[in-house]
Amino acid sequence: MKIENALNWLDERLGIDAAFALAKKKEVPLHRHSIWYYFGGMTLFLFIVQVTTGILLLLYYRPSAETAFESVQFIVTEVEFGWLIRSVHSWSANLMILALFIHMFSVFFMSGFRPPREITWVTGVLLLFICIFFGFSGYLLPWNKLAYFATKVGTEIAGVVPVVGRFMLRFLRGGDEVTGATLTRFFGFHVAILPAATTLILGIHLLLVQMHGMSVPPSMEDKPQRKMKFFPNFMLRDLIGWILAIGVLAALAAIFPWELGEKADPFAPAPEGIKPEWYFLFMFQTLKYIPAKILAFDGEVLGVLAFGLGGFVWLLIPFINRPTSSPRIKLAVFLFGIFVVAFIVVMTIVGFLA
Amino acid sequence: MKQQLKNFRDLTPKRRRVLLTALSVVLVLGGVALFASTVRTSAQKKNSCIECHTKLDGPLGEPARLFANDIHKERGLACNDCHGGNPLADDKVAAKSASSGYLGKPKPIDIPSFCGKCHSDASVMKRFNPTLRVDQVQEYYTSVHGNRLKNGDQKVATCASCHGIHGIRPPSDPASTVNALNVAETCGKCHGSADYMQGYQIAHDQYEKYKTSVHAKAIYEKHDLSAPTCNDCHGNHGAVPPGLTSVANVCGQCHGRQSTLFQNSPHKSPFEKANAGECIRCHSNHGIVPPTDEMAGTGPQSVCITCHTNDKGFAAAQQIEEKLGGLTASIHGANQILERAERAGMEVSRPKFELRDALDGLTQARVLVHTASLEELEKAIGPSMEIAGKSYKAGESAFSELNFRRGGLAVSLVFILFLAVLVYLKIKQIEQRDGAVSET
Repeated sequence: MKIENALNWLDERLGIDAAFALAKKKEVPLHRHSIWYYFGGMTLFLFIVQVTTGILLLLYYRPSAETAFESVQFIVTEVEFGWLIRSVHSWSANLMILALFIHMFSVFFMSGFRPPREITWVTGVLLLFICIFFGFSGYLLPWNKLAYFATKVGTEIAGVVPVVGRFMLRFLRGGDEVTGATLTRFFGFHVAILPAATTLILGIHLLLVQMHGMSVPPSMEDKPQRKMKFFPNFMLRDLIGWILAIGVLAALAAIFPWELGEKADPFAPAPEGIKPEWYFLFMFQTLKYIPAKILAFDGEVLGVLAFGLGGFVWLLIPFINRPTSSPRIKLAVFLFGIFVVAFIVVMTIVGFLA
Repeated sequence: MKQQLKNFRDLTPKRRRVLLTALSVVLVLGGVALFASTVRTSAQKKNSCIECHTKLDGPLGEPARLFANDIHKERGLACNDCHGGNPLADDKVAAKSASSGYLGKPKPIDIPSFCGKCHSDASVMKRFNPTLRVDQVQEYYTSVHGNRLKNGDQKVATCASCHGIHGIRPPSDPASTVNALNVAETCGKCHGSADYMQGYQIAHDQYEKYKTSVHAKAIYEKHDLSAPTCNDCHGNHGAVPPGLTSVANVCGQCHGRQSTLFQNSPHKSPFEKANAGECIRCHSNHGIVPPTDEMAGTGPQSVCITCHTNDKGFAAAQQIEEKLGGLTASIHGANQILERAERAGMEVSRPKFELRDALDGLTQARVLVHTASLEELEKAIGPSMEIAGKSYKAGESAFSELNFRRGGLAVSLVFILFLAVLVYLKIKQIEQRDGAVSET
């Protein structure tokens, strides 16, 4: 009786009955590609893990060149279950980017960006860029040797962009070199600016998903539509995935704890065979293969510009491949997607083996 | 131009004469200056010695070819600055005439004074290299080489034997025969040759032994030019073998602490009495190998047992070896367990860092062996053993933490799977009751 009263009280103020009614009405299409729908929810779940573990790490982390490494060392050696929180944060970041890639390419190949979902696609791609920047900025925060040199190389690559490169390099580093100022700045990006941007864009993205519902692939549109209730049927299936994800994260953290390495030393030589995180590897490897000069132009500049252009084209996919577009354009966009996946996979493997 | 001519014509005759005279003076002076500078330039470039000798084969042509890369040439000196003669003369007889001060090739006995003409004259050397010492010749005559030369032995080394003759490079140049990288080979050319050294009644295996030494490895393998080569112990221009009593001073130039500890040790007096050569008695001289802990013990590699047998020193040597061995083993054990923990993914960088203090202590203890005092040795060994013990315990804790994590993981995974199964059963229950799929 008391619970019913409390629910009535809440409903009068928040309209939770309407929300429940909306959730009950929501349905998920069922077809042979339905499995891919789970990756959006998985990405969101891993993002929540990131936020939670990130907040816990903030209780002990101290963002300065003098204290950052020592504070992470303290977290993983002295703080109760600090090792678990730190390892889960690092592993979850990587699994989140993996889930995000899978989610994005599944949406692409199921043409989920078709009207009226263009803005859902654009916000999704923006979230990918933000997550990658989350990874890049978070990588430096332990202030270890590998992170220091990876940031140095990464910001140098940003610095080769014509016209704005020099500004970008100085803006990212907070000066000409990677120093304590860079660490403080990256910390600011990682815990304030990027979360704020994510909240805004993710909010729009989720709202649009609720508004438009799940997209059905064009090949399935003409067939009889089978559907499953989102709540509780699909939601509980999502929950199984999330519970198992917690198990995977716990296993990874316990069996392969995320390494801390050695404290960064700006005067030490760069370690041999330095490589960025796996999601940057395809770009890093490609830039290594590009010749120093292509005609009269600097090869590295052309490479960076090509990646920038590629990202921009990817963002605009819904406006290039419209329902009214010719079959030739649709085929070209599809082949472009295949090429992008193949390119990322091959260059990442080559990068690992090199 | 027409206007200027008109202006000239308009001048009074007197003014025209003054102007023409001034113009003529300027032209004549300019011409003379130009001629003088041309003559000087050709005089500077002219060097008939090089012109002729480069055309010659064999030993007569070699000096001219080598001189192209000589430090003296770089400093603007020419053949006649050392050998006399007239490099402007094209005729061989005129170029080498007595009136031109021609000296020719000096005999070995004359070489020190030949080079010393400039190298012993501070006012001359200031023009080229103010930091270079000017007492090399004086020092040379204090050396065994210099003394023997004075007594007529023309086989001994003179300036040219070590520095080369016409392709002389400064010692800082790696191509120089007296650069730290090349000194041993340069000395070894004579001192390593049994034939050449015949009659001198000294060994000729120094170079071969030196090549096996820890010093040679430092120079040739690690490119550590601060490591000693021949001249660092024997001197260069005043080269003499250090006497047995001064060996410790020579070694002490670099190994200062060991030398001081030895000088104050109970070994000092008996070594002196036995004329035992201090450092070299245990470490040898040219073929010095890296010291080992076994050298301080009583085993087959021990140097202590050459003097001590069944006495107090023998027992002390045994204890020294045990203490050093014990600390080495403790550090090794701690390092191994920490390495294993690190490979298992545990964070052990702090105890690993602290273990470096124990290693420093071991190094310190090895140096303190020169005191021959167990009490002194213990001052370094004791604290280091404690650090190594703490590091080992940190490794053990890392492994118990690892086991705890694995156990915790197993329990968590069982719980997680149980939870997943429960949710699955709930789905089944809901879908059996309400149906799973709706069709449109």
